[in-house]
Amino acid sequence: MRDSTFKSALSDRTAKTFMGVLFGATLLVTLLNQIFPPDSALHVSAYTVTLLGKYLCYALLALALDLVWGYCGILSLGHGAFFALGGYAMGMYLMRQIGDRGVYGNAELPDFMVFLNWSELPWYWHGFDQFWFAALMILLVPGLLAFVFGWLAFRSRVTGVYLSIITQALTYALMLAFFRNELGFGGNNGLTDFKDLLGFSLQSDGTRVALLMATAISLAFAFVLCRWITGSKLGRVVLAVRDAESRARFIGYRTEHYKLWVFTASAILAGIAGALYVPQVGIINPGEFSPLNSIELVVWVAVGGRATLYGAVIGAILVNYGKTVFTGIMPEAWLFALGGLFVAVTVFMPQGIVGLVEKHWPTLKQRFMKSDSNDDRPSAQGEPS
Amino acid sequence: MSALDSLRETFRRDQVFDFMRQGTRSVSPGQLDAGDGKNILYLEDITVSFDGFKALNDLTMYIKTGELRCIIGPNGAGKSTMMDVITGKTRPDSGTCFFGQTLDLTRLSETDIATAGIGRKFQKPTVFPEHTAFENLELAMHDAKGTWHSLFTRMSGEQKSWIEETLAQVGLLEDRDKVAGLLSHGQKQWLEIGMVLMQKPQLLLVDEPIAGMTRQEVERTGQLLQSLAGKHSVVVVEHDMEFIRSIASTVTVLHQGSVLAEGTMDQVQNDPKVIEVYLGE
Ligand SMILES: Nc1ncnc2c1ncn2[C@@H]1O[C@H](COP(=O)(O)OP(=O)(O)O)[C@@H](O)[C@H]1O
Ligand SMILES: [Mg+2]
Repeated sequence: MRDSTFKSALSDRTAKTFMGVLFGATLLVTLLNQIFPPDSALHVSAYTVTLLGKYLCYALLALALDLVWGYCGILSLGHGAFFALGGYAMGMYLMRQIGDRGVYGNAELPDFMVFLNWSELPWYWHGFDQFWFAALMILLVPGLLAFVFGWLAFRSRVTGVYLSIITQALTYALMLAFFRNELGFGGNNGLTDFKDLLGFSLQSDGTRVALLMATAISLAFAFVLCRWITGSKLGRVVLAVRDAESRARFIGYRTEHYKLWVFTASAILAGIAGALYVPQVGIINPGEFSPLNSIELVVWVAVGGRATLYGAVIGAILVNYGKTVFTGIMPEAWLFALGGLFVAVTVFMPQGIVGLVEKHWPTLKQRFMKSDSNDDRPSAQGEPS
Repeated sequence: MSALDSLRETFRRDQVFDFMRQGTRSVSPGQLDAGDGKNILYLEDITVSFDGFKALNDLTMYIKTGELRCIIGPNGAGKSTMMDVITGKTRPDSGTCFFGQTLDLTRLSETDIATAGIGRKFQKPTVFPEHTAFENLELAMHDAKGTWHSLFTRMSGEQKSWIEETLAQVGLLEDRDKVAGLLSHGQKQWLEIGMVLMQKPQLLLVDEPIAGMTRQEVERTGQLLQSLAGKHSVVVVEHDMEFIRSIASTVTVLHQGSVLAEGTMDQVQNDPKVIEVYLGE
């Protein structure tokens, strides 16, 4: 059967390879961290564990963008907003877990509220001391925002560059709002000084490794989910909308519903990525809403290659690894490097790394085979001697 | 019959005081009402202007249910614009456009019009370039079109063989897994005709179907269109007189946005107004 189901998407070769590499790398890092003592040459530090966890969160975010950009042609320049909202929802839960261990020792209020002389918890903070509630909000808040925003935008047929601009405005507006103390999310400083998650200390190596594992599993799950979506008839309709939207309308599809569906699904995935990110980096602040973040995200997907899913993951990990290395050497030049990278990718490899490899794969394979084969094989050219 | 239905019957477009008769069928709004012997399409006094230029000028035309109608006319006569109005792509400045008795096409969206049963082949072939021929037909297939349905649906054997039959009908069975963007111009035309067929429409609008086709392909297209008439109503726009002569029963000549002449091919060809327009070019 051609139509994929979640089960068939789980067992196809691409998904198996993807999960093999992902879980292999994660397990290796985990074992090296847990088994070898800190002074051993083979030991992997908790810093590296967390760094890898962070990359995987970015990879999940890139996957979300690829779904909406690569497959549906909607270039969202505001996906960082959904990531940040998921992050804030998780941050609120972590904040409530601090209890009376804050600087002011106030069990009822987070430190920043005490500092602002607030006397009681705002209504929208209620429930966040429960993990299940926070988990629900992680899915619901980005999903709902995307749904309402998308409904308005797609219904009035805003497309192309206009849509990109309003998504960028969305994340910018949220950034300005979250900077304000009165909003009740810690203003400038955001939410930080987290202590534990579900009772496990965030400082311990064990928790960090567990978070890395949770991220890897979420990424794998999201990958299979996206494979299912893109392999279903819905995926083919979405591609049709990308390539010829009005034609899709003339054969009876409500294209705005399809765009809305994909946009919302993608925002939820981005929210999950943000929620996994926050306990690993230990802070969430309005900087995460910065328009620049959303643009960087687009570069990751462009570098990796659009509409392949694994391309987005590869792009996110490579670019962020590059960023880690680069900012260590000369931090002020990173933005220029990023800009240059984007231009280079757009001009020289529009299909990204994956596209480049796929294009040259036959020749590479041939060359590889040739150097492998014996010299006494008769010459293919049959040159006269 | 309720008072409301009686009232509605009063406003039927083809009969007056039909409700006086016994056993008259009433159709609720939103359903197509175009039984045999009635008209399926009513265009009345349609005017469309682009920046003052009238692409359609008081166009009035009726298409009978099951009819094969050819529309000819010089370039720029407004033939494609007429199809734009019928399919909801362009809204007329004035005039009415009804599909059957009850469906006001000027108030429906493109999607609703497609769902109601109007399929269109565009002048410039528009297929989905990155989907295979098979997938193009699958997308066009008459089926529920909602998002969740599309996610969970799995193609049945019946649907698969229906698509294969249609592929055979339009001569693309061998190229079923070829990406549509790589098909020849003529093949794209056919693929698009196939897509229209898969929609199971009541009314097919076919805009310049034979452009880029070889002689044999043209012949097959003519046969295909003729075989469709009766079960479906078909409106074909063409330039090629010979082609039209080979398939048409009734021909409508459009000129400067309105009907210049209508009748059989012979009547039309001998009409002095038509001769003047065509010789004047
Ligand atoms: N969207 C548009 N904007 C401006 N002018 C248009 C538009 N569509 C069609 N026209 C004009 O309307 C006239 C009729 O066009 P069209 O219906 O495509 O003619 P036909 O299909 O009979 O060759 C032409 O003169 C064309 O230039
Ligand atoms: Mg035309």
